[in-house]
Amino acid sequence: MFDANKIRQDFPMLQGKMMQGKPLIYFDNAATSFKPCIVIDAIKRYYENESVNAHRGDYDLSYETSMQYEKAREGVANFIGAQPDEIIFTSGTTASLNQIAYGLANSFLSSGDEVFVSYAEHASNLLPWFEQAKIHDLVLRFAPLTPEGSIDVIGLEKMISKRTKVFSFAHVSNVFGYVNDLKSIANLAQTRDIMLVVDGAQGAPHLPVNVQDLNCDFYAFSSHKMCGPTGIGVLYGKRNLLNQMAPLIWGGGMNSRFDSKGNIGLQETPFQFEAGTPHIAGAYGLLAAVQYLETIGMENIAAYERELRNYAVLRLKEKVPGIIIYNETADTGIITFNLSGIFAQDAATHFNSNGIALRAGLHCAKLSPQHLMTPATVRASLYFYNTFDEVDQFVEVAKRGGDFLDAFFQ
Amino acid sequence: MHSFNDPLIMRQIIMDHYEHPRNKRTPVHLNYRHVHMDSASCIDDIHLYVLMQGDFISDICFDGIGCAISTASTSILTELIMGKTRKEALHIIQQYEAMIFEQPYEEDSLEEAVVFRNTSKQANRIKCATIGWDGLKRLLHE
Repeated sequence: MFDANKIRQDFPMLQGKMMQGKPLIYFDNAATSFKPCIVIDAIKRYYENESVNAHRGDYDLSYETSMQYEKAREGVANFIGAQPDEIIFTSGTTASLNQIAYGLANSFLSSGDEVFVSYAEHASNLLPWFEQAKIHDLVLRFAPLTPEGSIDVIGLEKMISKRTKVFSFAHVSNVFGYVNDLKSIANLAQTRDIMLVVDGAQGAPHLPVNVQDLNCDFYAFSSHKMCGPTGIGVLYGKRNLLNQMAPLIWGGGMNSRFDSKGNIGLQETPFQFEAGTPHIAGAYGLLAAVQYLETIGMENIAAYERELRNYAVLRLKEKVPGIIIYNETADTGIITFNLSGIFAQDAATHFNSNGIALRAGLHCAKLSPQHLMTPATVRASLYFYNTFDEVDQFVEVAKRGGDFLDAFFQ
Repeated sequence: MHSFNDPLIMRQIIMDHYEHPRNKRTPVHLNYRHVHMDSASCIDDIHLYVLMQGDFISDICFDGIGCAISTASTSILTELIMGKTRKEALHIIQQYEAMIFEQPYEEDSLEEAVVFRNTSKQANRIKCATIGWDGLKRLLHE
């Protein structure tokens, strides 16, 4: 039985933390999530009991660490239905998407090839492509969006051409919160020999993900948004594509041998993409996080968040006159809104002064205003440890949004 | 000066400058010094323009999009600085910064700008309350 109040006991940050003299209500989970004790303990275990490098030592401790690090890879592979050698540890979604854009541009694409992105994408799924397009003379095109802000698959099909080689879309938009119809997009991609890259930063933490089922070629996500530590993330890629793809980062641990003429032999996938000492403690923490999420059940998490979200939207509409909700019917915990006549940043201050953490602005999706027709929004993003009580308090504070200058005169 | 201690009046001053910002325009002439102030973390996107005549600030104006705090603080700045010398302006900016960062400051030289004296209580708004002031400082050091 899903019990958010019981779950909250696992999180030190949810034990009476205050902000502005009020009990903290954390609704900025799309930015990052809190960590349960078992994740913190796993990180501590590495630093207290092992603390040596993986892959390199000729001694027992290092061997043990290498085994544990690979165990983390297996755990993550299992979490998304992949094979361990298809899992590359990166520093996060941003690094994963940079590697993908660089790798595809250098190894698969040529001048005039088209890459489709959308106005709803996060900077991390746009800027790497802008940069590669500049260098390799690629054509960046924007997929049409439905009025809600998800990819319009029928419209997309009409726009693609023989030169279309890549789709790079979010699983869930961090502004709109809609789940893109990846299956239809993958079908379209497959029949036209197009590679599908998925930015899973807002997907993997909230929804069950099976990359085989989704049939995507690449899937990128971050540990810290799903109860794991910061500084580590995942790049999943289909094995045959990874094997042909150029690494972005070069150095120790990714080569087999090299000579003074610059002939470099590369390690096999995934190691050829993991130059430098990896975030070993991060991998331990991430493994603990995926195991924690699996114990609760991703289906349960998704269902609870949907329920909580629907309740919040209902209450906001009922109790907050003039509120504009930009993604009323979305299926995840992201609620994007503005209070009537109040600039987003001012609204966020009002929430802050009442102990509620949420985000104002463009949420790193700086092209999204072209779709939303507003310069900035407030975003509340829920996770499975948030409660109906917290939503009620949030709605009460939203009702008093007109008092936003109170924060300056208390 | 004492009236600025009344929260109700302070609130009215901020709202008045937010809803009816002074000197909010883009100059037609090209001989203005110009700085574009925006930030990665928030939506404030403000252009500040200054016309210098010798050592005097003969015109100052701004344009763009901003929240209540950034709009009102920049609006108040333009009124306060108009016609001042470069040296006087820098002194006022210094007093304002001292106030924002809870250091001793000369209340009299700030006039209406003292309505932002509590900004440090909402630390995430310091950049809103200083965006125009930082821009002016940059222009005066050009």
